[in-house]
Amino acid sequence: MVSTQSVTVTPSSLSYTDLQWIIQHREDRCTLCGKCTAICPKGAIHLTYRRQRVPRVDVLSKKRGSDYKTFVGIRQRTKMANACIGCSMCSMVCPNEAITPVPNSNENRSVFFNNQKGEPNKRGGRRNVEGPTLLDRIMFDRISMLTDPALDAGRHEFNVTTTLGRVLSPEDFLDRTINGGWIPPTREIFPFVIGSMSFGALSPNMWLGMLQGVAYCNEVLGIPVVMCTGEGGCPPWVLRSPYLKYIILQIASGYFGWDEIIRAIPEMQCMPAAIEIKYGQGAKPGDGGLLMWYKVSKLIARLRGVPEAVDLPSPPVHQTLYSIEESVMKMVQTLSTAFEHKVPVYPKISASTSAKSVLNNLVRNPYAAGLMIDGIDGGTGAAYNVSMDATGHPVASCVRECYLDLAAQGKQNEIPIFAAGGIGKNGNVAQNGMALVMLGASGVHIGKYIMQAVGGCLGNEKNRCNVCNTGICPKGITSQSPKLYRRLDPDKVAERVADVYMSINTEVKKIMAPLGRSQCLPVGMSDALGIADKAAAERLQIKYVC
Amino acid sequence: MCRLALKTANEPFSPYEVIQAMEAMQEGYDGSGLGLLLRGMEFEDFKYNPRFPILSGIAHSKKAEQRMDEFMDERGYELKYDHRFTMRPELIEAKDRYRYFLRAYRMPVEFKDKPQEERERELLLTRLALRKLGEDNNNDLTVFSFYPDVAMIKEVGWPLEIGNALSLWDGQIKSRVCMAQGRQNTNYGINLYACHPFFIEGIATMTNGENTAFVPIKDWLLGKNIPGYIGYQSDSEVFAHILHYTLKQLKLPLEAYKHIITPLSSKELEKHPQGEFLKGLRNVCRRLVIDGPNAVIGTLPDETCMLVMDQKKLRPATVGGRDGAWAIASEICGVDALVPDRDPSLDFQPMREHTVIIPPHRKELTIWSQHNQLPLPQAA
Repeated sequence: MVSTQSVTVTPSSLSYTDLQWIIQHREDRCTLCGKCTAICPKGAIHLTYRRQRVPRVDVLSKKRGSDYKTFVGIRQRTKMANACIGCSMCSMVCPNEAITPVPNSNENRSVFFNNQKGEPNKRGGRRNVEGPTLLDRIMFDRISMLTDPALDAGRHEFNVTTTLGRVLSPEDFLDRTINGGWIPPTREIFPFVIGSMSFGALSPNMWLGMLQGVAYCNEVLGIPVVMCTGEGGCPPWVLRSPYLKYIILQIASGYFGWDEIIRAIPEMQCMPAAIEIKYGQGAKPGDGGLLMWYKVSKLIARLRGVPEAVDLPSPPVHQTLYSIEESVMKMVQTLSTAFEHKVPVYPKISASTSAKSVLNNLVRNPYAAGLMIDGIDGGTGAAYNVSMDATGHPVASCVRECYLDLAAQGKQNEIPIFAAGGIGKNGNVAQNGMALVMLGASGVHIGKYIMQAVGGCLGNEKNRCNVCNTGICPKGITSQSPKLYRRLDPDKVAERVADVYMSINTEVKKIMAPLGRSQCLPVGMSDALGIADKAAAERLQIKYVC
Repeated sequence: MCRLALKTANEPFSPYEVIQAMEAMQEGYDGSGLGLLLRGMEFEDFKYNPRFPILSGIAHSKKAEQRMDEFMDERGYELKYDHRFTMRPELIEAKDRYRYFLRAYRMPVEFKDKPQEERERELLLTRLALRKLGEDNNNDLTVFSFYPDVAMIKEVGWPLEIGNALSLWDGQIKSRVCMAQGRQNTNYGINLYACHPFFIEGIATMTNGENTAFVPIKDWLLGKNIPGYIGYQSDSEVFAHILHYTLKQLKLPLEAYKHIITPLSSKELEKHPQGEFLKGLRNVCRRLVIDGPNAVIGTLPDETCMLVMDQKKLRPATVGGRDGAWAIASEICGVDALVPDRDPSLDFQPMREHTVIIPPHRKELTIWSQHNQLPLPQAA
């Protein structure tokens, strides 16, 4: 019998059954090729020697004894630093289907130890809340049945673009047309924008593959998709390329990448699609961006003008701005001026109870080109778990309130509201997006969905993977290590972008056609919405149906 | 789907003609209502001065009529003529119709030399005040229009029966333009204010079909806080208000209406001589884009008549006629009944880009296409 004192048990000692994911390994199928242990991004499994008892039978005497032999086997590590993240790369590479992680159905005790050395849990991904979202539960129930025949989604002409940019009132537009005034720039874009994900948060292969796909959508498929850079700028050659017109450049509180952008302005072949000023994001409201040191490679350091391998936490606010009047007036106007007033400039904020105040400020600012509201279900590349899970405001009621506020002022076509945060969380991207459009958004931004659908991101709301922050992305989507991101073929990413957008385009038509709409995006068509939830219906001012 | 009929002729005619023509299209309505708008009035027993505004509506009780009289006196209007219909109440479904009135007034003295715009605004505000007076008193007063040379009648029921109930066949009232709509109730309650045509400051439209983009358009118009942009008991009322907004607020020509409700696609605008301007217009009026299926028939204060379709052309309408008399109707049989002595080979059914305009001289049609140059020198 082993004395218990010789076994090291510390408060942080865990066994397999305490972890969130348990690796199931079948000795009988394993060929000991070692691929799984080589690929595991967390080093959660390792090859190890094991001892096996072999009964010794001496046929000439009645004694029984034991012999031992060693063999090589696979063992799961139970330290927090090596806890399995359920990414399944091991099962992807296993030639014999001998290994796979399975979610622990009992409980996950590792959450109590996700704070080694006093560092709270930081991760990438989204709020870990599963199940249908409110957007998933919205139905489009105003069906053109007999009184006005439904349209044919496959054969009718549809116009599904939306306007990005400040829209004047018709009176002002005519006045300025006649008297030669400034008409704010606008863009006709597809209402599903690839949301802000930085060159840095994403690997070069992912980011450039996406850009290639966006260009293909625009130039070959005729779907005017635009993508947003996030905070981190653009490769210098992209800034000087004709593809810049498909890119929304984001400026955030760290101003990363803007030296390069300013330098490139005189040499730009075309204007960017828009400028997004990030004041906040849905996944971690009140927090600035964060690019952890693991991901600050030579290329990223060069692009952002920082040393290699240092953490890049952006401040929570723009350091030069301490009030909304300043933020809105100064920054919006400055950036609009920098691009000769030919590019729409709009702020992005976290959904919050103060969104309406921001909106009303924008209404009175002639240079503001829209408002982007990012809800609590938004994703991010790196944030404290507590910010991601508990801080923020759902996007639906926030967007709806803002839209109704504009409608009451007769200005709902003047400041387009864009919504983000959890669109397509359960895969229903077109349905979620169109529900928000009918609640009053002019368009939506999708980030995490794009990573999942285009790059094959494995993250989910059961806390699977979610290691975007440490640069060990098993698919090479959010890693800056060439060893990892070479797994991602940019051409294949581009192909997926085209696939995804063709499919969203068709689904949008399939939603609009039964409503009898084809001429323009049904922004604010709340009479088409119903939900089997009285409280939500009342809050959103849509029909309660059951 | 409702049925529409419009006749415009140099010689005044009885509205009963149009109601009879509606019978030709009777399969298209369910008797849930009739709306009539007459323009270019002639009364058998009164030499009407076309400058006098005519107040049209229904008083549902004696009290309501008295209240209206007092209100109009106080506001300084002088009653010049009060048309009395020969009534057969047994033919009317509703039982609370005390009096249908068409009354010509002289405007208050202070408006004698005021510009047309101010006079029109005063008439509009008076109509809205009367409407509110009715609404505040249990809906005992319904007012349809208050404008020079225009009379309106609306009632719930079968069109021909309503015509008989008001003895419209007796030639007491005639007009040079008459619009009529036989209503097919679809998704809204049966309500007098929901009967077409809809009227605001001399501009009137009627529509068949449904307006699928109704709610965003309504929200936008309500938000503008422009007097008269209220009601919306019917989804078609917004067409009249968009036309009013185009002509009176934006002061654009009639041809621009089509560009606002059914803008051309970006590809088409690239080839258009005023593409840049029209792209801008489409952008700023995006919330006014209708999505059909509709045919919209309208008339303007100068007796111009017009017909436009939604982009998908999912509702029928035909125009036909001859020098001096023209008809627009949902079906060819309606046009046949209204102007039988025409050359039917010249009948026209507008395509998605057309606005059919019958000018006040009534000599020939103007068929204006969105691809043509817009008559807008200063903006283009």
